[in-house]
Amino acid sequence: MTFEQILEQIKSVLTDSVITNIDEAASPKAIVIGASSLIKVMTLLHDNENLYFDSLSCLTGLDNGEEAGKMEVIYNLYSIPFDHHLMIKVIVDRVNPVLPTITSIWKTADWQEREAYDMLGIKFDDHPDLRRILMPADWDGFPLRKDYKEQEYYRGIKVDY
Amino acid sequence: MANQVQYIFDDKNLRNSEPQKYNAEDLKSEEMVINIGPQHPSTHGVLRLEVVTNGEEVVEVVPHIGFLHRCFEKHAESIPYNQTIPFVDRMDYLAAMNSEHAYAMGVEKMLGIQDKIPKRVEYIRVLVAELNRLGSHFVAIGSYGADTGALTPFFWMLRDREHILRLLEWASGARMLYNYIWIGGLFYDLPVGFEERCSEFITYLKPKLAELEKLFINNKIFVDRTANVGVLPLDLAINAGVTGPMLRASGLKYDLRKVDGYSVYPEIDFDVPIGKGEMGTVGDCWDRTSVRVEECYESIKIIEQCLVRLKGDYKRTRDFDPQELVPKKIRPKAQDLYVRAENPKGELGFFFRADGKSDIPFRCKSRGPSFMNLSIINDLAKGGLIADLIAIVGSIDIVLGEVDR
Repeated sequence: MTFEQILEQIKSVLTDSVITNIDEAASPKAIVIGASSLIKVMTLLHDNENLYFDSLSCLTGLDNGEEAGKMEVIYNLYSIPFDHHLMIKVIVDRVNPVLPTITSIWKTADWQEREAYDMLGIKFDDHPDLRRILMPADWDGFPLRKDYKEQEYYRGIKVDY
Repeated sequence: MANQVQYIFDDKNLRNSEPQKYNAEDLKSEEMVINIGPQHPSTHGVLRLEVVTNGEEVVEVVPHIGFLHRCFEKHAESIPYNQTIPFVDRMDYLAAMNSEHAYAMGVEKMLGIQDKIPKRVEYIRVLVAELNRLGSHFVAIGSYGADTGALTPFFWMLRDREHILRLLEWASGARMLYNYIWIGGLFYDLPVGFEERCSEFITYLKPKLAELEKLFINNKIFVDRTANVGVLPLDLAINAGVTGPMLRASGLKYDLRKVDGYSVYPEIDFDVPIGKGEMGTVGDCWDRTSVRVEECYESIKIIEQCLVRLKGDYKRTRDFDPQELVPKKIRPKAQDLYVRAENPKGELGFFFRADGKSDIPFRCKSRGPSFMNLSIINDLAKGGLIADLIAIVGSIDIVLGEVDR
């Protein structure tokens, strides 16, 4: 299915305008949706028999920096039987980044959301087990934020040297 | 002593940095928490497993990872694209060529030069990547033997892997972390005589693999140990993002080399082996190991075809420069791109965001196959025995360098 057909399929089922923007330059082509319609769109993409995005390849958290004042979460979906791709971008507020979890749709989102939380501090509502995954639990700050400053000491060892 | 690094010990440090999910007080009276790792050979590196047990039975497994976290993504955000390649090597250090190939493909796609790469370069890339795939599978199979109580396959596989490492060292100068595949080309052309030595190695290897199958894979002790253990159903595998030999062992013919047909794989004839449940259930530990052995045969096929073409249509010429297309300055247009490739462990993906203004990626996220494959361990091990948990961890074939990145 081409990108246009996927778009049409989404629009024919979800009549209210959930798609706020389209990024044709991205590869695969991307749609931008609001955080409030995330679950609705993802459920449709996963369950609809014409779309059937059965695998969530990659979930990326991304910080646009203090000036832009927003963060993004990017979902790369792939459908194994139909061999089509889709990129979905969701923009979240930088001060209070909260998104609903999609672990109930794709189990693989569990660890990937935990990683996004660990690295960027994006909170995923109703996530079954939102703990830090790569960094120690008592680490300060979120390393992949653009304005991240290391803590000075960790267990008496100077961090930045 | 002002500048001396001094770790301040406190017996609460571990509890604070990696707190347990389950506390002894909250469990039922017959249950117990057993900690396996991070320093334990059967965890294949620094993986810590918090296991809630009821006698010999596993009630729940909570993996604790991150002990080998080296901030790959943070590094990639602060250095130019081409300088990230050595860091990519250190993610999956058993299959560095494959990871380099995936990374280079991604950046080439962003620059729009992916169709201009000379055929000889592509064939050399596929050749070294498949050699490295053999090496990675050899470690997986050999160390799985050691996990399940057969030490001979481990020595045999590492003996054969040594030939591969020496071949790759001859080509690139390094045994494991090559920095050989560059964006737009290669570091060097293959050394003179490489093709011949490589065919000699393939001739040597084939009977050794047959021997391995007889001794190890079809051995009754090994079959009894692994068949029907850690069965992974296909729907769960797809939903949990499991890829690579693990997904194929669950019965899906899904290989990105075929599906995406990247590089010169469409010109090469090879099969995709899948698990059939010959010894037990589809998707058990035996299937996973057997699929890896079958894949070794397929890799040999690919290598043979690459060698034929590297000696024939795309043979060495005096004026061939593998660095001809290597860009002096790598500055892709502003874009988002997700690229993926089939690594020995599964789908290795990179997500890039280029801002179009600098030589440094704005964001570079890596999606490691080991990371995703490991996340399924609780579902596989639940309800089984502790001894089977060790067999399951081995059959997933994780490399902690990639899990933690």
